[in-house]
Amino acid sequence: MPITINGSTAELPDDPRVSLLDFLREHQHLFGAKKGCDQGACGACTVLVDGERVLSCLTLAVQCQGKSVTTIEGLAPHAGMHPLQEAFVAHDGFQCGYCTPGQICSAVGMVQELRRGVPSHVTADLRTPAIALTHDELRERMSGNLCRCGAYNGIAAAIAEEFERAPT
Amino acid sequence: MTPFTYGRAQNVDDALELGARPGAKYLGGGTNLVDLMRETIERPVALVDVTQLDHEIEERADGSLLIGAATRNTALASHPAVRARYPVLARAITAGASAQIRNMATVGGNMLQRTRCAYFYDDDGGSRCNKRHPGQGCDAAEGINRYHAILGASPSCVATHPSDMCVALAALGAVVHLRNAEGERALPFTDLHRLPGDQPELETQLRPGELITAVELPALAFGARSTYRKVRDRASYAFALVSVAAALELDGDTVKDVRIALGGVAHKPWRAWKAEDALRGQPATAEAFRAAAQAELAQAQPLRHNGFKVELARRTIAAVLAELKEMKA
Repeated sequence: MPITINGSTAELPDDPRVSLLDFLREHQHLFGAKKGCDQGACGACTVLVDGERVLSCLTLAVQCQGKSVTTIEGLAPHAGMHPLQEAFVAHDGFQCGYCTPGQICSAVGMVQELRRGVPSHVTADLRTPAIALTHDELRERMSGNLCRCGAYNGIAAAIAEEFERAPT
Repeated sequence: MTPFTYGRAQNVDDALELGARPGAKYLGGGTNLVDLMRETIERPVALVDVTQLDHEIEERADGSLLIGAATRNTALASHPAVRARYPVLARAITAGASAQIRNMATVGGNMLQRTRCAYFYDDDGGSRCNKRHPGQGCDAAEGINRYHAILGASPSCVATHPSDMCVALAALGAVVHLRNAEGERALPFTDLHRLPGDQPELETQLRPGELITAVELPALAFGARSTYRKVRDRASYAFALVSVAAALELDGDTVKDVRIALGGVAHKPWRAWKAEDALRGQPATAEAFRAAAQAELAQAQPLRHNGFKVELARRTIAAVLAELKEMKA
């Protein structure tokens, strides 16, 4: 059973040591997902596997057999940019841009989690199924994505604006 | 990474057969194991992917929950029964790691992450570590040990178990369901992990090839009055300096029953039996909470840089109990 990447099928590597991140970058030549720390600390390698945000550096490619992977290259359905990419541009949600693909994939997954009612560390009432994307919720839920340029204010503004524009 | 074979188990029998090979390891989300393999600190000859096994959460008639070991951390923290009846567990899980890691990590894998410290990781830098190389010595004991253990440590190892989820499981009296080729058994969660003693490389009571199939949360009538507090250097995505999981049952103004466990202070999730014993039957007052915390921490043996953890643990226990007293559960 092969792997699906941005809608196209691909054969998995023979060597099980290949991480999903290296598979995407070195085998599939999809350079969007970035290798920041390669140890699960920075979030630059975040991609969506069956719609869930995960760290591709700590995922073995063979673990994704039969699964569907979406990278930053696969987010916009046609030519042009995903609305969240537009929002990052509008709000200066980056300086060097290295963390940006991970930030955007993470934000897409984060919004889906919020819609499903997944609680976070700062959710006051665990019983409520409807959680608002407050300032604190947004920052807590995005805390797995580091930005060494410190563009956090722009990143948070971009995500908040796009969520408000298309909350469902 | 050193070479290994990869197999995906379709069922428990399948996993046990593949896992019987000497040097094989079970693979959950891989968030700790794959990282350690890349550092060649872990060198399994075979990985048995058990993420396709049981990931159901069964609500049983007796009020208990049976959680399949392949349940992802996010799914467990999101489950309505956990949120309503065991909020301490949902709070502990969401306090841990990042959302990406919680989406990957399984319940079984979370339990079996390594007890570790920076010296354990520092193989390339030449740090000595009895976990990596038994008998080599421990550079953490006299090194920078701000994050290290204050309870139950030994001269051979002062590392702490970093899981948040496990602190809640210890407080809740969880039971771990295990299988190997010889059969199945159940182990109190508080017996799963070992203290370091003179064999810190052995972190659990698991037998060769044994697989965690599920974890059981017994019914706890006062589970709704429970919470988790984590004290750390930054507000998110950091290990605990000290954490407290607790549940409180009141009879008027008296403590009828209580559960307390500590994280960030020991080689294993630390059930605070002495504090619980000191508090049962006592008035639910700040003085009694403080005395219970002192009963537990009296045995603390801090290192050069982590003496602050003793008072931090006492204060956090007392603060969490005070919070639970006021909680509308």
